[in-house]
Amino acid sequence: MSDDLVNIEINGRPVQARKGQMLIHATDASGDYVPRFCYHDKLPIAANCRMCLVEVEKAPKPLPACATPVAEGMKIFTKSPKAIAAQKAVMEFLLINHPLDCPICDQGGECELQDLAVGFGRDVARYAERKRVVKDKNIGPLVSTDMTRCIHCTRCVRFTSEIQGFQELGTCGRGEHVEIGTFIEKSVEHELSGNIIDLCPVGALNSKPYRYSARAWEMTQQPLVSPHDSVGTNMFAHVLRGRVMRVVPRVNEDINENWIADRDRYSYEGLYSEDRLTKPQMREGYSWREVDWQTALHAVADRLNAVARQDAGQIGVLAAPSVTLEEAYLTQRIARGLGSNNIDHRLQRSDCSDQQFDPVFPWLGCSIAELEQTGSLLVIGSNLRKEAPLLAHRIRKAAVKRGAQVAFINARTYKYLFPVSGYLASNGIGMVDHLAAVVAAAAQAKGVTVPASVNALVAKAQASDAHRAIAAQLSSGERRIILLGALAQRDGGFAQLRALAAALSQITGAQLGYIADGGNTVAAHLAGVLPHRGVAGQSLPASGLSAADMLDAKLKSYLLVGSIEAQDLPAGAIEKMRANGFVVALSSYASAKDYADIILPIGTFAETSGTYVNVEGRWQSVPGAASPLGEARPAWKVLRVLGNLLNLSDFDYENSEQIRDELRNQTGNVIADNRYHNTAAVARHSAAEAIEVQLYSVDAIVRRATALQLTHEALQARAGEQA
Amino acid sequence: MKSIFKTLFLSELCQGLYVTARQFFARPHVVVQYPEEKTPQSPRFRGLHAQRRYANGQERCIACKLCEAVCPALAINIESGVSDDGTRRTTRYDIDLFKCIFCGFCEEACPVDAIVETRIHEYHMENRGENIMTKDKLLAVGDKFEAMIAADKAADARYR
Repeated sequence: MSDDLVNIEINGRPVQARKGQMLIHATDASGDYVPRFCYHDKLPIAANCRMCLVEVEKAPKPLPACATPVAEGMKIFTKSPKAIAAQKAVMEFLLINHPLDCPICDQGGECELQDLAVGFGRDVARYAERKRVVKDKNIGPLVSTDMTRCIHCTRCVRFTSEIQGFQELGTCGRGEHVEIGTFIEKSVEHELSGNIIDLCPVGALNSKPYRYSARAWEMTQQPLVSPHDSVGTNMFAHVLRGRVMRVVPRVNEDINENWIADRDRYSYEGLYSEDRLTKPQMREGYSWREVDWQTALHAVADRLNAVARQDAGQIGVLAAPSVTLEEAYLTQRIARGLGSNNIDHRLQRSDCSDQQFDPVFPWLGCSIAELEQTGSLLVIGSNLRKEAPLLAHRIRKAAVKRGAQVAFINARTYKYLFPVSGYLASNGIGMVDHLAAVVAAAAQAKGVTVPASVNALVAKAQASDAHRAIAAQLSSGERRIILLGALAQRDGGFAQLRALAAALSQITGAQLGYIADGGNTVAAHLAGVLPHRGVAGQSLPASGLSAADMLDAKLKSYLLVGSIEAQDLPAGAIEKMRANGFVVALSSYASAKDYADIILPIGTFAETSGTYVNVEGRWQSVPGAASPLGEARPAWKVLRVLGNLLNLSDFDYENSEQIRDELRNQTGNVIADNRYHNTAAVARHSAAEAIEVQLYSVDAIVRRATALQLTHEALQARAGEQA
Repeated sequence: MKSIFKTLFLSELCQGLYVTARQFFARPHVVVQYPEEKTPQSPRFRGLHAQRRYANGQERCIACKLCEAVCPALAINIESGVSDDGTRRTTRYDIDLFKCIFCGFCEEACPVDAIVETRIHEYHMENRGENIMTKDKLLAVGDKFEAMIAADKAADARYR
């Protein structure tokens, strides 16, 4: 170990650093701040801003700390007169062309250039000539540009090429004529592209929807967890007078590092869409009447009680997979308290035939950070980049940085921005057949018999070289994972896919994992929002109806929790619910008027305190950032009052933490375990193909985010729907 | 003994009346007959607020919110947005005259000399709510007294 260390001296203090490290790593570790613009610890080193010049003994000139490796006996001075003079000179050069428009710049107050100009800038400018002006570029609806402010640190360029995986931005021209741009006039379209806003040290790249709406210093910062995918992305809401003005990443190295997906960044716009409901609504014939909470809640309770007294089995409860853990738990308590087991959150899953073999909660199979370390990966039925952009980023890192072999089995070919070891798209035969062939190849190579559950399927499979390659890749090496994505879980043949994946996992020894479909699916599983299981996977004497069956059964009463819209449900669901049902919706949006009889307006994810459990089983509680609009209330409060009105016992929660802790006590011994115990043969449930996951229509909030809906991605998706 | 004597002959009262009488006959009078007479004002006088425009009629304020940030009495309330021509403008600019302490920090903070405090100090309100100087009211004051504001700014310019 000591061979890897070198002894250096920083500002006269002896320090040890690893060989190959750059000076800036050593100075950061020792707490000696060196000013920088182009250096960023997640990006490759460019050394083009020269702000980090430091004095090194015996070096004739100051050296850039970010691009100078440490060497034995180096003596570094970060604050010597020579270093400071060099840094001040660089700052003066940077400010030559930078406009003095801080008062109108959105970066003003949180600008790295502004901050460092205070420390290293001259008080009076010596430059009296004309400043350079660069034409602004239109790079799409998400990121605004003021290119005159650019200092050419190229962080954005390096982000697009190294993190995104395809270069969208680049530099044109040389010297004073350098410009950052998209080469040809086009927009920046990657699903993580919004991160260039945070990377930009000046105000050249900023958030377009946020443009000019607030200042950095007047907002308060509140933690949030993204409900749009199962990653559990950490973010901050910046709130001004109870309103979310923008969303920025919250660094969490274990989950999202310092990135967030555009979906998480811009979805807040949907909170303030025109059709947000601010008062409870009741249907009266063909019109709607605004009522007060008391009237609405009593009407709901009376109706549910009346149905429950006759036949509790006529009550169906659906919860969106994005509701918080607390809401899911209370929904479950109300459904079971009324005597109904018809409760589900798996709105898109069509095949529940082998649900008794589901794991207690769909676990990724490893932690998100460990995905980066995998050696071999097989992803089945997932448009990864759209489903969970940050998981795709981790897997890309594994493939690019560590040479992991990543293979896919999908119904269609989706674009991936990293080398792929095998890609089996349907081409006439389905995902099931491809997977069966891989299992057959693996069993053959190992000389073992396949499990009984998939014997028949595997027997007729024809393994080609492509299948054998994937089987071989999964059979050897360290850290191998088979992931089942949302498309697999929504597919009509999910039981078969899962049985095959489990067989493959058993034969090859690779870990089986799920990419949970929906933001808080894991929490819904733990809270028992399932027809066949109670809290923490507890088995029930009788199983209720799954979401799809519940709709087909045309029950007398439905309770929908969490802004569920027609797009979230299987086709024809609205007609089925309206057939002879009385529908109560807890929704934030007026779209619930399509199907509901009573709508109780609830707060969105940013307006509710609550807990999210991500795909690795990590519990994250947030206090709620903004105030709910109008008379809307957090759903857990609405459910709690509803529970009281239904005379359910022990429904006197005073805050969401109490609810969480109560559930936490019950789920204490749940361990993540994806093992599959079925031995009977599984059959295909239906021929239905999975419903595609569209990046910008995952839930009601995202569908209302104006800027996201203007992206090329969303426009294309909508054009595809209409065609 | 001495104090009893003083009290008995009202000597302190007489002393006071002597001062009054002296001032009564003294020339010139220092009392100003307000409102017929007014004391001279400094160009730096901090009275009613106004918002200024450029000569071409464009409002100066760019919604940087520095005045809002610096205001010690939290009297200023601004909402901003992108205007039709793409520039940064206020959509709301309110000063609460009841909260305002007329410290002049807003004027100092303004990078474009948009918000100023004029020499007007004689104004009144008849109804609740009129204490809020909205953007329209501020601009109207600015338009009306632009000549005075410009002259005051010019007079004070060499000291800034």
